[in-house]
Amino acid sequence: MSLIKVENLSVRYGANTVLSHVEMTIEPGEIVTIVGPNGSGKTSLLRAIIGATKPSAGQVALKPGLKIGYVPQKLHIDPTLPISVERFMRLTDRVSRNDCAAALEAAGVPDLLLRQMSQLSGGQFQRVMLARALINQPEVLLLDEATQGLDQPGSAAFYRQIEEVRRETGCAILMISHELHVVMSASDRVICLNGHVCCQGSPAVVASAPEYRALFGTGTGGALALYRHDHDHDHDHHHEAAE
Amino acid sequence: MMLDDFMTRATLAGVGVAFAAAPLGCFVVWRRMAYFGDATAHAAILGVALSLTFQMSIFAGALAVALIMALTVTLLSGRGYAMDTLLGVLAHSALAFGLVAVSFLSGVRIDLMAYLFGDILAVSRSDLVVIWGGAALVMALLAWRWSHLLTATLNEELAYASGFNPKREQLILTLSLAVTVAVAIKVVGVLLIAALLIIPAAAARSLARSPESMALIAAAIGAFSAVAGLRAAYVFDTPAGPSIVCVAAVIFACFSLLGLNLRRGA
Repeated sequence: MSLIKVENLSVRYGANTVLSHVEMTIEPGEIVTIVGPNGSGKTSLLRAIIGATKPSAGQVALKPGLKIGYVPQKLHIDPTLPISVERFMRLTDRVSRNDCAAALEAAGVPDLLLRQMSQLSGGQFQRVMLARALINQPEVLLLDEATQGLDQPGSAAFYRQIEEVRRETGCAILMISHELHVVMSASDRVICLNGHVCCQGSPAVVASAPEYRALFGTGTGGALALYRHDHDHDHDHHHEAAE
Repeated sequence: MMLDDFMTRATLAGVGVAFAAAPLGCFVVWRRMAYFGDATAHAAILGVALSLTFQMSIFAGALAVALIMALTVTLLSGRGYAMDTLLGVLAHSALAFGLVAVSFLSGVRIDLMAYLFGDILAVSRSDLVVIWGGAALVMALLAWRWSHLLTATLNEELAYASGFNPKREQLILTLSLAVTVAVAIKVVGVLLIAALLIIPAAAARSLARSPESMALIAAAIGAFSAVAGLRAAYVFDTPAGPSIVCVAAVIFACFSLLGLNLRRGA
């Protein structure tokens, strides 16, 4: 049975439709990546899955009792809030200090247990968030651009960690990312989103799909897009007309 | 009996309000809702006017209006106006309407100062019951929801992903704030309630290493301010409510300097 089943999902903010008729599923143990330009509804889709955004049509069905681990895009801790890594790890789950330490170890950041969250570097912070999300042995891990603010080697290392997590725990992973070249190679399935699902499938299939090329492959013929990483060019949305 | 002494009653009232206000104040500080506390408190003066008009208990009137105000702000937030603008409009309009409404009350001679700055020395036994009842309610609510409140404060999505609604936690804070404002009117008055919420919490920050310790330290600072402020008011013949806030402010200044030095030394 699917862990997450999104059926005919539409999300509207006022008069603005951000998602229409989205269909997708997450099966146990798979790594699925959502790619799409800014404003394509990636975060809205994730918010709808966790129940933070109400669909205007359609539905999100979670496997009953599904345990979700969530790593938000960025987490701002107000400087007036003192909180240690250990306390942060125990935020929503009752876990022992040993389990906290083990989870940090697994996330590649041992020895941080007693540090204040405010003293962590960007990379350490993301890994602590990953460790917290994993501490309750979730069946699915949701990551919303979890490597934002990390440099290239930092984010590559982070994604290697994610693959490690899947290999060790069998946890399914749904992530949003801008970093096509890293993410695509690590994913079982890619969903290309732009208000609706443009195309989806294995990374190779998506990379050669005309819809994907229209969104990401400007000027490079698509295949090279796997290895490109541009943030500052415009996307021509030809695919709308091409449908 | 002990409670026959007005100073004893005043001290108990001040300590009761401090115990509720300090941990709640931590959330006010963490969530940057300082102005929100102000708005709720200012609205309470309108509640006072209405209570006097309809001859019901001040506590009930203030609680009702503070609650309506807090809910209105929660509903309107994120719909067009920036939060500080919205609160600026609502807080001061509520205060102005309240003051105007009070002026319409003929026949009753009202000491407005008593509600603006509090009249802690006039606390009666039944006031004490209300204050400690309200404070106990707020402390129980905060203790009961603590980890959920903390999660919702850190990140809304984390709350949803853990299976609870952060809006409900926000509502609990809003409710607690209205109760605290209503019970604190007698002690420090509507103009200084926000000070009792924020200053102890801010002072505790430089010493605290965890959210829980910050709440406990803030409660201790608040309670000490109440005791010392009342003592000072008695000795120097100064107004009681403002004296309490002054003590808290001095503690804040000392701890901040201490905190700076500790950080520099580390």
